[in-house]
Amino acid sequence: MAIKLPIYLDNHATTPVDPRVVAAMLPYFTETFGNAASRNHAFGWQAEEGVENARAAIAKLVGATPKEIIFTSGATESNNLAIKGVAEMYREKGNHIITEATEHKAVLDTCKRLEKYGYEVTYLPVQKDGRIDLDDLRKAITPKTILISIMYANNEIGTIQPVAEIGAMAKEKGVFFHVDGVQAAGKIPVDVNKDNIDLLSLTAHKIYGPKGVGALYVRRRNPRVQLSPIIDGGGHERGMRSGTLNVPGIVGFGKACEVCQTEMPEESMRLRGLRDRLKDNLMGQLDELYINGSLTHRLPHNLNISFAFVEGESMLMGINDVAVSSGSACTSATLEPSYVLKALGVGEDLAHTSIRFGIGRFNTQEEIDYVTGRVVETVRRLRELSPLYEMAKEGVDLSKMNWQTH
Amino acid sequence: MAYSDKVVDHYNNPRNVGSMDKKDPNVGTGLVGAPECGDVMKLQMKINPETQVIEEAKFKTFGCGSAIASSSLATEWVKGKTVEEALAIKNTEIVRELSLPPVKIHCSVLAEDAIKAAIGDWKRKHASETPVDASAAQAAGRQ
Repeated sequence: MAIKLPIYLDNHATTPVDPRVVAAMLPYFTETFGNAASRNHAFGWQAEEGVENARAAIAKLVGATPKEIIFTSGATESNNLAIKGVAEMYREKGNHIITEATEHKAVLDTCKRLEKYGYEVTYLPVQKDGRIDLDDLRKAITPKTILISIMYANNEIGTIQPVAEIGAMAKEKGVFFHVDGVQAAGKIPVDVNKDNIDLLSLTAHKIYGPKGVGALYVRRRNPRVQLSPIIDGGGHERGMRSGTLNVPGIVGFGKACEVCQTEMPEESMRLRGLRDRLKDNLMGQLDELYINGSLTHRLPHNLNISFAFVEGESMLMGINDVAVSSGSACTSATLEPSYVLKALGVGEDLAHTSIRFGIGRFNTQEEIDYVTGRVVETVRRLRELSPLYEMAKEGVDLSKMNWQTH
Repeated sequence: MAYSDKVVDHYNNPRNVGSMDKKDPNVGTGLVGAPECGDVMKLQMKINPETQVIEEAKFKTFGCGSAIASSSLATEWVKGKTVEEALAIKNTEIVRELSLPPVKIHCSVLAEDAIKAAIGDWKRKHASETPVDASAAQAAGRQ
């Protein structure tokens, strides 16, 4: 079978919409276009029915009840709502929040804003494998702690946090537990009850649904979580998130969850197989490769490798018919390499050489093998061009060189 | 980020890749940048001590496409020039030639630094009037 280029291997950034999801959404643009909040005619009722079916499918994917699902514009909003909503609502109880260094910016920057308003935030470090130390967490909890916000799985390195253990600890201490579940839900089993999660951020576009629609799971009992809304208006979504619902998007989100849930056991095995094939074939053909993040506690479709002595952006340029992303500074506006890799203790020199592969539902083994070939060829070519590779091969200790930083 | 055609051309067909013997008294070596910053350039020039003409130039670069292109272009430009002429090359000329965007200007600065560092190295080797064999001098110093 001929391979269609370019190949998309950046499925942590976003995913294509599954044709089954598109088919489910289409009638909601033109026929069933009603406002789900219109209570007095069939257009509204049908739209509402579509929304409620989706709500049930999303709830089912994470072991929640439909009433606990609040629709938002995406996970950034969900994270903002969860953290700011709890912070404001429980201000009397305390002003301390615990999160970790490798969270998504939607969590980190939300916490930073709260610090300006007098909240105190502990940013837990991570261990070499990307996971937090549960003892660090236990020690960080104070009587003033109102929220722990830890992601399920990391978007760069795919590391899965010990969520069930954190949830148990949060419950024992009477602290709410928010989880950014964007990279995990639909990919690996997530259960808000088994994991003692009180708030869970979700988004459709990472699971083959449309962009611009997300959800926040908000626990209703044991304990009941209340939130101050961050958007005021018509009191939609039990007053927690006003605004006319994005009905087609929500319907697509529901369908996407349904497909993920049905196919997860088989699909996660297939993805793991492709990921391991990619990893083993790269490691077999190239030396000086370093895998970032835990190998055991890892999303099945994630691979993050530092190709020592080959700068990430030049690598992307070499494999220009493959879409992946790099932790190199040169791909960002800030000129800082990935803060996630930095938090793992990966040196900045290696951070500049990291590439993230995110394998998805529509990738095939032929594509993975093609990518392997392109990467191997490009790394070899760029290492021939790399003064660092030459020096390392001559036995020069690069860490002891007196580099002139600029 | 879209790359200019010239950057892509230098990236795909880098000119004068390679290394020369850094102990050769007529070879000046410049190694600039740092791995932590994401770019390191090694630029070497073989300079005729009589005429001061740069007869040969080689580079190796760890860095983004623009860094590779800047150093590749630098080797093209210095070849055949005298030391004085090469020292007059400004990073802004590299920016213009390769149409580098503002975030990539540091690549051109690094290339200019590499030229100056390589010539500086060569000049150090020729500090006395007669060319000195660096390795021999070093060996002599140890005795």
